[in-house]
Amino acid sequence: MSYQSHGPDDRAAMLARIGVDRLDDLFADLPASLRNPPLEVPPGLTEPELLRLAGRLAARNSAADLICFLGAGAYDHYIPAAVGELAGRAEFYTGYTPYQPEMTQGMLQAIYEYQTMICELTGLDVSNASLYDGASAVWEALLMSERHVHQGRFLVSRSVSPLVRATLRAYASAADFPVAEVGDPLGALDPARLEAELAAGASALVVALPTAYGELHDATALAELCHRHRALLVVIANPLALALVKTPAEMGADICVGDGQPLGIPLQFGGPFLGFLATTNALVRKMPGRIVGATVDADGQRGFVLTLQAREQHIRREKATSNVCTNQALMALRATIYLTLLGRQGLRELATVNLQHAGWLRRRLLALPGVSALGEGPHFHEFAIRVPDARGWHQAALQAGYLAGLPLAEWEPELADGLLLCATEQRTRAELEGLVAVWEELA
Amino acid sequence: MKLSFEKSVAGRRGNFVPPLAVPAVPLDELLPAALQRATPAALPELAEPEVVRHFVALSRRNFGVDVGFYPLGSCTMKFNPKINERVAALPGFLDVHPLAPAETVQGVLQLLHETERLLSTICGMAAFSLVPAAGAHGELAGMMVIQAHHRAQGAGRRKVLVPDGAHGTNPASAALCGFEVVEVASNPAGGVDLDDLRRKVDTATAALMLTNPNTLGLFEDRILEVASIVHEAGALLYYDGANLNGILGRARPGDMGFDVVHVNVHKTFSTPHGGGGPGAGPVGVAAHLVDHLPLPRIVRDGDVFRLEGTAPRSIGKLLAFHGNIGVLVRAWCYLRAHGPEQLRAISGDAVLNANYLRELLRGAFEVPYERRVMHEFALSGRRQKAAGSSTLDIAKRLIDFGFHPPTIYWPLVVEECMLIEPVETETKETLDAFAAAMLQIAEEIRVNPEFVHAAPHTAPVKRLDEVRAARQLDLRWRATGG
Repeated sequence: MSYQSHGPDDRAAMLARIGVDRLDDLFADLPASLRNPPLEVPPGLTEPELLRLAGRLAARNSAADLICFLGAGAYDHYIPAAVGELAGRAEFYTGYTPYQPEMTQGMLQAIYEYQTMICELTGLDVSNASLYDGASAVWEALLMSERHVHQGRFLVSRSVSPLVRATLRAYASAADFPVAEVGDPLGALDPARLEAELAAGASALVVALPTAYGELHDATALAELCHRHRALLVVIANPLALALVKTPAEMGADICVGDGQPLGIPLQFGGPFLGFLATTNALVRKMPGRIVGATVDADGQRGFVLTLQAREQHIRREKATSNVCTNQALMALRATIYLTLLGRQGLRELATVNLQHAGWLRRRLLALPGVSALGEGPHFHEFAIRVPDARGWHQAALQAGYLAGLPLAEWEPELADGLLLCATEQRTRAELEGLVAVWEELA
Repeated sequence: MKLSFEKSVAGRRGNFVPPLAVPAVPLDELLPAALQRATPAALPELAEPEVVRHFVALSRRNFGVDVGFYPLGSCTMKFNPKINERVAALPGFLDVHPLAPAETVQGVLQLLHETERLLSTICGMAAFSLVPAAGAHGELAGMMVIQAHHRAQGAGRRKVLVPDGAHGTNPASAALCGFEVVEVASNPAGGVDLDDLRRKVDTATAALMLTNPNTLGLFEDRILEVASIVHEAGALLYYDGANLNGILGRARPGDMGFDVVHVNVHKTFSTPHGGGGPGAGPVGVAAHLVDHLPLPRIVRDGDVFRLEGTAPRSIGKLLAFHGNIGVLVRAWCYLRAHGPEQLRAISGDAVLNANYLRELLRGAFEVPYERRVMHEFALSGRRQKAAGSSTLDIAKRLIDFGFHPPTIYWPLVVEECMLIEPVETETKETLDAFAAAMLQIAEEIRVNPEFVHAAPHTAPVKRLDEVRAARQLDLRWRATGG
């Protein structure tokens, strides 16, 4: 296939205007030894051939048909049709970064609305325009903390997802900053035990709301402790949980990050997702990534632009606050449309359905013989349980058409008999009871 | 235009929250009162029809490549094929959990594996990782690979060389790995000054980061010499693939001696840029660096694919999951749509269009480098600046003609720079119309620079005050006087 527009006459006329005989003459700067290597790629497909082939590959992803009780950082929520329709408007999705604001007011205003919504959810003062995903956003938050506190060391709770902690290890190793893991996977972080680590010097502590195992803990005391030691508190939050839960700002967090995937973004085998980052006014100039601000035009009319660009790589180069250029703007737009459709009431109702569904499933499963709690909670829409044979139970459910959470042996050896389960608003009564019935047989 | 928040009426909402499927338990029993938020998040309250009109209205105040010509230099704003959108929306790709067991995701793993192989072939590299989420993320991954290589050699190399014309992301990415960034000068022909390179490369040098064709659209014709200078010092050569479109199928970074490569699939491989993202920035390496690629790796055992999550020499995980898969599905479509000759035809027309458009414009605007260009070219607005209108004015006036302006004031090595990339999917008529607009603007500047300085005249807003935006920060709406 080809998406070029020229016919042979066009090319001849253009070459004549340039003053060369052949197209190849335009490539004369390429050393002859490098020019036109053999390319062992398959012949090009026509559109119907491509669609057939893609359809065959898509059909081999039976995961798409499983009833999903798996979360662990990627959540199965209903996405209203309007989200895809609107974000799929060509004016949005075929645009570049809005460098020319007079021509891109639509995206800029949408991102300004997005930033306002992230501030509303987290309770914090300012938000950036998006980062790659939740895990990389945590690292950006730590770099921000380092620019503010300069201790060259970070603390992260072991109740933070192992996927996030592994990501932090990779970046921290490259940047040569030690990251110390503190506390236990389950339960709240004990302030008394944290004190010594903070006293040893740290630019920030990272905790999660809820934790990787679904537990919600008030971090207010941790924030006070961090601040006493001049460290910042970074809270990783599930944005949907924030509909109901005390906000990171109310707890005293300095930075809140997380993944906006639950807000209208499909699972897509893990991406593109949406890293969000919000902070206090005091730290605004240390934020990474794009930021949209309101201003006025030559007639005094309100308009929107990319602002605080003096922080960014295209101006500050190696001294920039981050290297982020392309971000996840279209995903931020999806989240904005999704939250606008939900509205103030809808957001709370949706979060409540998630909370109730998971609560019901947890109670029913804990009533089965041989099943016990891993973590006392409270929980939002995810929780861990201990079962007699986690892999066996997971496999049995898979045979019955359920993607029944994550066997925790993959994450923490000490939780090897654990299963991490999630029940969102998507799960029907029949599906909830169906999973319980599969395991009743085994219990 | 009003914000959604300013259109909000208490009690309005969309209708997609399902009813509870289970008996309700009092909220306080599930979530202690002390852990509940004090006030609800003040989201706007609108019914669905109003939400739809709001975002359609916003879309009409936005510009994409489906709307018109978008010659934004270094960004390769080519047509985004519609079949790619349809494929990416297949439920078998859309509704797949990233932690689903490997046996339930064989199709997407096969697609990703194939994408890695195709990119490796096209770039002449031993292997690719698709994990990085954007070009700058690919650069960071590449610099981490280079660092891992030197650490494994026991060498404390702390310097990274970057040409003065490089993308700002290059020095920023190197700095994130703790490297000291040293700038290498350009020569009068717009290429790397080899004498300056020889002076600056030494046993502390970890790498040279290079874009080729470079950021002026010029092919670094002494690339083989550059590679040998860098390699003789024990350093590695990094390829910023932002400009791969100019040589696609006609020369391979691996053959030029590059050890590490990133490509921007949202440039060369046609995935939509989404108004700022998401992109994807796959990183490719030569054989001696394969073990350092990020995790997870896609492993093929016969006809079965799986993700490998551990590898002792890998730089590790860069995201929670496996990359911007939805973007990569679109890139796979583009790769499979093009055979070898069709890939070469892409760079052929991209270079043809750039050279043709430059010929149309050279009479009215200053051409800083009198050399054959590849897929993009720089012009200087110096002459117009002297007549009273800056490059910024020219850019804003182009908006009135329905064209997106080129990249402006970059690269910094050209005064009053306009970097113009016309891409292969544009017609001769479009290029002619753009050139006619540029010539008309040049004429307007001669007779009435004030008119050009006041542009745009037809956009939904007049020229915006960016200085005020940065000084009087207003980054979110507030109910009281936002």
